[in-house]
Amino acid sequence: MTLARTRPLTVAPPDTLADVSFDEAMEARIEEILAKYPTRQAALLPLLWLCQDRWGWISPGVMRAVAARLDLAPAHVAGVVTFYTMYQTTPPGKYLLQVCTTLSCQLCGTSGLAEHLREKLGIGFGETTPDGRFTLLDVQCLGACGEAPVIQVNNDYYTGMTPEKLDELLDGLQ
Amino acid sequence: MKPILLRARGEENSRSINTYLRLGGYAALKRALIMDPADVREEVKNSGLRGRGGAGFPAGVKWGFVPQSTTRPRYLICNADESEPGTFKDREIIHTEPHMLLEGIIIASYAIGANTAYIYIRGEFWTEAEILERAIAEACRKKYLGKDILRTGFDIDIHVHRGAGAYICGEETALIESIEGKRGQPRLKPPFPAVVGLFGCPTVVNNVETLACVPHIIEHGAEWFAGIGRDVRNSGPKLYGVSGHVEKPGVYELPMGTTFREIIYEHAGGIRGGKKLKAFIPGGSSCPVLPADRVDIPADFDSVAEAGSMLGSGGIIVMDETVDMVWALENLLTFYAHESCGQCTPCREGSDWALDIVRRIRAGHGQPRDLEALERISRHASQGMTICPLGDAFCGPIASFLKHFRHEFEDYIARAEPLPPKKLPVLPVRSDRGPFGI
Ligand SMILES: Cc1cc2nc3c(=O)[nH]c(=O)nc-3n(C[C@H](O)[C@H](O)[C@H](O)COP(=O)(O)O)c2cc1C
Ligand code: FES
Repeated sequence: MTLARTRPLTVAPPDTLADVSFDEAMEARIEEILAKYPTRQAALLPLLWLCQDRWGWISPGVMRAVAARLDLAPAHVAGVVTFYTMYQTTPPGKYLLQVCTTLSCQLCGTSGLAEHLREKLGIGFGETTPDGRFTLLDVQCLGACGEAPVIQVNNDYYTGMTPEKLDELLDGLQ
Repeated sequence: MKPILLRARGEENSRSINTYLRLGGYAALKRALIMDPADVREEVKNSGLRGRGGAGFPAGVKWGFVPQSTTRPRYLICNADESEPGTFKDREIIHTEPHMLLEGIIIASYAIGANTAYIYIRGEFWTEAEILERAIAEACRKKYLGKDILRTGFDIDIHVHRGAGAYICGEETALIESIEGKRGQPRLKPPFPAVVGLFGCPTVVNNVETLACVPHIIEHGAEWFAGIGRDVRNSGPKLYGVSGHVEKPGVYELPMGTTFREIIYEHAGGIRGGKKLKAFIPGGSSCPVLPADRVDIPADFDSVAEAGSMLGSGGIIVMDETVDMVWALENLLTFYAHESCGQCTPCREGSDWALDIVRRIRAGHGQPRDLEALERISRHASQGMTICPLGDAFCGPIASFLKHFRHEFEDYIARAEPLPPKKLPVLPVRSDRGPFGI
């Protein structure tokens, strides 16, 4: 068994997200979300998550559709999207490599991992490989400091990372 | 002490409701539901249970602030944001026995008269959110959740609300804003959430570990709980997360008031590679750092406060003799400068400015007056100068690093090459560069 257990993100190209609508399956999920809260606005974060799961990122077109669906000002939605670091506002690679750079991970060797990744992928933090496979991000404490150093790939945590384990992981992420 | 909160760690299927029931789970709920809510609150108050999220406020007292005569809905929020660097205990509870948390939430909701509870979980904890969703579905099927639970007439729903990457949303009023679908910017207090909270209604916010203690208090009694730990003000089991330079990092459940020496040297296996301890941060990164000679103090709320720091979340970050303390402070300030929500000038500008100064010192361009500037920032962005305590959270580290390790900063400055005067950064410069300068 390989180390990698993460599925790639579905990333919609920008031209397909200029104008979006929600299909039936998404509408059903939206109704479920709305039922959990007394206000429509409270459904904003969950709905943005739903969109990001579906399209991989939140384009201005997605923001407009979300705003219309929840009767919110588009500016409010844009303000929220840009406040939270996990909403991607540009198309990411298929794998978001999120390296924890906070103290406990650093004490256990994160900088070696970051160097290794930069050399291997030829990109810095905040950049995507030209083939669209990997986006490298530096993130703050992931709440798993006891298993440092930690890397999150899409939704999954990989803990106790070493350069060797990183190589194995990257090879497994196709 | 036999583990209580993590009793099922390592057991197969510890997350399933059947395992939980086999271990006696949901018995406390049955007992609580035949008690008067006021008696449940009283029991928790008498246990001495103090909040495990950072501030150590007595849980039973907080529950008592919720107006009882109101016709408005009341809400309970479980704070599972767990974003304070060095803290990773709530995740352990969720991974081990999510039903323990759910039972605590249901009992707490009953005690304050809430029929809806939200678990606010940080966005990165996707796996943990799934675990909770599954546990909630199981509990619904067995009628521990939903309408008229266990035929007592009490209705309770629990919803999981995922955050999206913002440390500040761990602060209770920012968290409330975030559930309401807004940017996570803390509110001015008063009014306190117990009176005007989520959707303008009375709301109690409690940490995961706090709530996980509740079923045990109801089951075994306040006296039993108060008997664990140093005294009734520092009672119960505590999850200590040990990270950094130790042989065996991890979460250890021990009686409140175990000494840092025992936690670090006996449970976490001592300093990695046989090196010497230099310093430790006792309770998550915003708690003032303590030098090695304080390692014999008990890790409880009052003892750590007496030593000039805080027990906080109980996340202990251990640093050995090789650590450059200027580097360590720079790393922490990078975090806080990144996470300031930007509402209050002292915090937004102060965190960036302090980071710039420390970066410059480490880059070899420090000046004698820099330390004074850092101290000034740490006075002016803390102690009520900001809406929420994030200001204090980065000022505590600055002041304590300078207090205990000033010579390291002075050494850098003594070796510094002065920059040509014109190029001195005078104004705070916004810098979004990562810790590696890339
Ligand atoms: C900047 C900041 C971040 C916080 N982060 C968390 C957190 O991640 N988890 C948590 O339980 N409490 C956090 N708190 C404390 C909460 O505001 C609140 O006091 C706590 O959740 C109350 O629960 P308790 O009484 O059970 O401890 C934070 C506070 C501040 C000021
Ligand atoms: S410091 Fe990396 S997970 Fe906490």
